[in-house]
Amino acid sequence: MSKVIVVTSGKGGVGKTTSSAAFAAGLAAKGFKTAVIDFDVGLRNLDLIMGVERRVVYDFVNVINGEATLKQALIKDKRVDNLYILPASQTRDKDALNTEGVESVINELKEDGFDYIVCDSPAGIEKGAFMALYFADEAIVVTNPEVSSVRDSDRILGILQSRSKVAEEGGTVKEHLLITRYSPERVEGGDMLSMEDIQDILSIPLIGVIPESGSVLQASNSGNPVIMDKESQAGQAYTDVVARFLGEDVPLRFVNPEEKKGFFKKLFG
Amino acid sequence: MGLFSFFKKEKKKNTASLAKERLQILIAHEHSDTSSKAPEYLPKLQEELMVVIRKYVKVNDDAVNVKVEKGDNFDTLELNITLPESK
Repeated sequence: MSKVIVVTSGKGGVGKTTSSAAFAAGLAAKGFKTAVIDFDVGLRNLDLIMGVERRVVYDFVNVINGEATLKQALIKDKRVDNLYILPASQTRDKDALNTEGVESVINELKEDGFDYIVCDSPAGIEKGAFMALYFADEAIVVTNPEVSSVRDSDRILGILQSRSKVAEEGGTVKEHLLITRYSPERVEGGDMLSMEDIQDILSIPLIGVIPESGSVLQASNSGNPVIMDKESQAGQAYTDVVARFLGEDVPLRFVNPEEKKGFFKKLFG
Repeated sequence: MGLFSFFKKEKKKNTASLAKERLQILIAHEHSDTSSKAPEYLPKLQEELMVVIRKYVKVNDDAVNVKVEKGDNFDTLELNITLPESK
């Protein structure tokens, strides 16, 4: 059985594409045939984050319009087996995506034996975001510890549970909270919402906390999903997210301030 | 100087708890906004119900009260009919 997972947030710039790339690459590395689809029509960026921007020939909208086959448009990742990327179109036509077209692409992926279909949602609550979440079985809601991001996440959760296909049929979309750009030091200092605060407000289960880390920018600079950087905390945190998604019981890491070696510690530690 | 800045820091407000408080109030408010939004069919439903009820009982316009309440898992449609006193 294949599963459709939307990575969404409402607010822009919180790490949806970074998370989609890392999550999809992580699932594929675990041996699952995974496709990651960029729904941000007009502002394609997943290709760049995944480092396949020079291999884009056809895109999602070409497939929907019958100008290319799905096979022609899917880009097979050269680093990870089982990983395929479907880039967004650069068209400015807002109605390029439609329910029937998106459904036919998702169904074809399912028939082709994909285990997971990861939908990278654009920001906002317009057509693209709606299309990305409509066919989702599960949702990863990416949230920064910051007021506007938390509020927008709450909005998108409301939309998920009222306007997705699963919701229309009387079911519920399984929700996962992914907190990104977390700084345990600032939380301890009282200047940043803690993961407990965010959970209290949104009341959905937490799937992971990604620490604020320079490695995320380095990864996007070089076009490698950050999960491939096994040395970095962000990469390791994403690896944990994938494990938890697959049902493993993995404790949270990097959520407490790093111990500063004080004078006495330096002397006696 | 060091001593003074220490006291200054103590007085600084914890902005994270302020953020949480503001968000909780805002989100509770936004949720109540959407739940009080009655479905569009409600007035028509009320009108048609009145016709049916009046076939059997003589009631005033204000004797029928239709209300939708949002629950966690399901919504309920509450229909309240005040019958005239039986003689």
